[in-house]
Amino acid sequence: MARYFTEEHEWIDVEGDSATVGITDYAQNQLGDIVFVELPEVGSVIDKGKDAAVVESVKAASDVYAPISGEVMESNEALEEDPALVNTSPEETGWFFKMTIGDKSELEGLMDAKAYKSFCDSL
Amino acid sequence: MSETEENEQQETGTLPLDAWHRGKGARMVEFAGYWMPIQYNKETGGGIVAEHDWTRSNAGLFDVSHMGQLMVTGEKAAEELEKLLPGAIATLKPGRVRYSLLLNDEGGILDDLMVTNATPWIEGDEDAGTEGHWGEPAYYIVVNGAMKWDDIAHLREHLDDDVTLTHMDDYALVALQGPNAATALNRIMRGVPEQLVFMQSLEHDFGEWPLRITRAGYTGEDGFEISVPAEFAESLCDRLCAEIEVRPAGLGARDSLRLEAGLPLYGHDMTDTVDPVSADLAFALTKKRRETGGWMGFEAVKTLMESGPKERRVGLALEGRLPAREGAEIYAGDDKVGRVTSGGFSPTLGHPIAMGYVDVAHADAGTDLEIMVRNKRLAAKVVTLPFVSHNYYRGS
Repeated sequence: MARYFTEEHEWIDVEGDSATVGITDYAQNQLGDIVFVELPEVGSVIDKGKDAAVVESVKAASDVYAPISGEVMESNEALEEDPALVNTSPEETGWFFKMTIGDKSELEGLMDAKAYKSFCDSL
Repeated sequence: MSETEENEQQETGTLPLDAWHRGKGARMVEFAGYWMPIQYNKETGGGIVAEHDWTRSNAGLFDVSHMGQLMVTGEKAAEELEKLLPGAIATLKPGRVRYSLLLNDEGGILDDLMVTNATPWIEGDEDAGTEGHWGEPAYYIVVNGAMKWDDIAHLREHLDDDVTLTHMDDYALVALQGPNAATALNRIMRGVPEQLVFMQSLEHDFGEWPLRITRAGYTGEDGFEISVPAEFAESLCDRLCAEIEVRPAGLGARDSLRLEAGLPLYGHDMTDTVDPVSADLAFALTKKRRETGGWMGFEAVKTLMESGPKERRVGLALEGRLPAREGAEIYAGDDKVGRVTSGGFSPTLGHPIAMGYVDVAHADAGTDLEIMVRNKRLAAKVVTLPFVSHNYYRGS
């Protein structure tokens, strides 16, 4: 399994033909206390770089963009009950949704963990 | 002929406690032209919700030095201020504080403010045979940070030359807010809290620090606003934060606390196109002065009070967890009947809350409405403000 990162602070775990998407620890820390996560509907098709989810913190609403294009297969229902999971476990139990990988070549422009770390350090 | 564009980018200012905040791991954001702490470091108990909860249960220390602190002095100060403020100033006793508004001729709100009669008491001197007496009338006014330059220009334009307006820009202002604020302050300045109830103010020399302490705030909790010369601000904050009950709190918590307390925020819940009657701030218009007039905006406001406003500021409690933010439209069935002017998630209540303006036909408490957020209609009910009861100290 390979984990990639975007400059919009999403992570994407790739396993075969599907992927799991969430936001990074850096992102949740910037957003602050998260009170609501609006996830894409299962079966909806999302496009790379376009709105996929919305995260509501106490202070503001922030868009989460699709890191790649594909179809949403599953969304994390645990976030409905406990959106704070995104704060406490952003890169594990606080995942957002699982999706198909429409075009593997879209993964090529993404960062690996090391590149993402230096990207964050540069901010 | 060419026109010079007044489009120069103003540099973001720093306030006296800037380094103090950064030392505490605050996340600084640009607000009202200054760098201000939105929240403190998570590792040391910070974060908007943590700071919010701490203020509701203990005491939060807020830096509000961006706000404008003004002093209006002169024999005619009260009379002159009454031309601009719809509240009674001439009958405001020394040491008393009043919430008031600056209005334009159309009755629109230019700013909201707190005015304190800060007239000093001059002690008598037995040897010289003089008796104690009140000194030159002085009014201490605190206005919104984002509006202070406009307010100063407005006051200078309309106040008589016989009164003096001083911008106390060499002073910081901090707010100690929460149910344990008095306990903490009393441990440092013994006997001071008990001299004040809500909306009273005094001057207090703490060692070499000349302070003005006012029992008021913007959180709905008991608490104090302390005006301090900039050079002593850091030492004062260190001293306050050394108390077990006190932790620093940022702008984020200040906003969620004031929203729960139902307190309007200038530029959002009131603007220069909104009048005090619609804004549900008629309490700021002293009864007698509503009849006698003599203040800017009187004619327009009088007409509105007689005819009744078209819309009114209300509180809205939302179902679910999705907050409605400023700008969201409010519906009754198919009809758009209002708009949200500030909204967020209430940490105390555990559900979203909002304030907004709604047509008076739909503004009664208990009315079921819907708020549109990203093409979803959220169920909301009009509720009486505040959302969370005020906890002001009015005397035992």
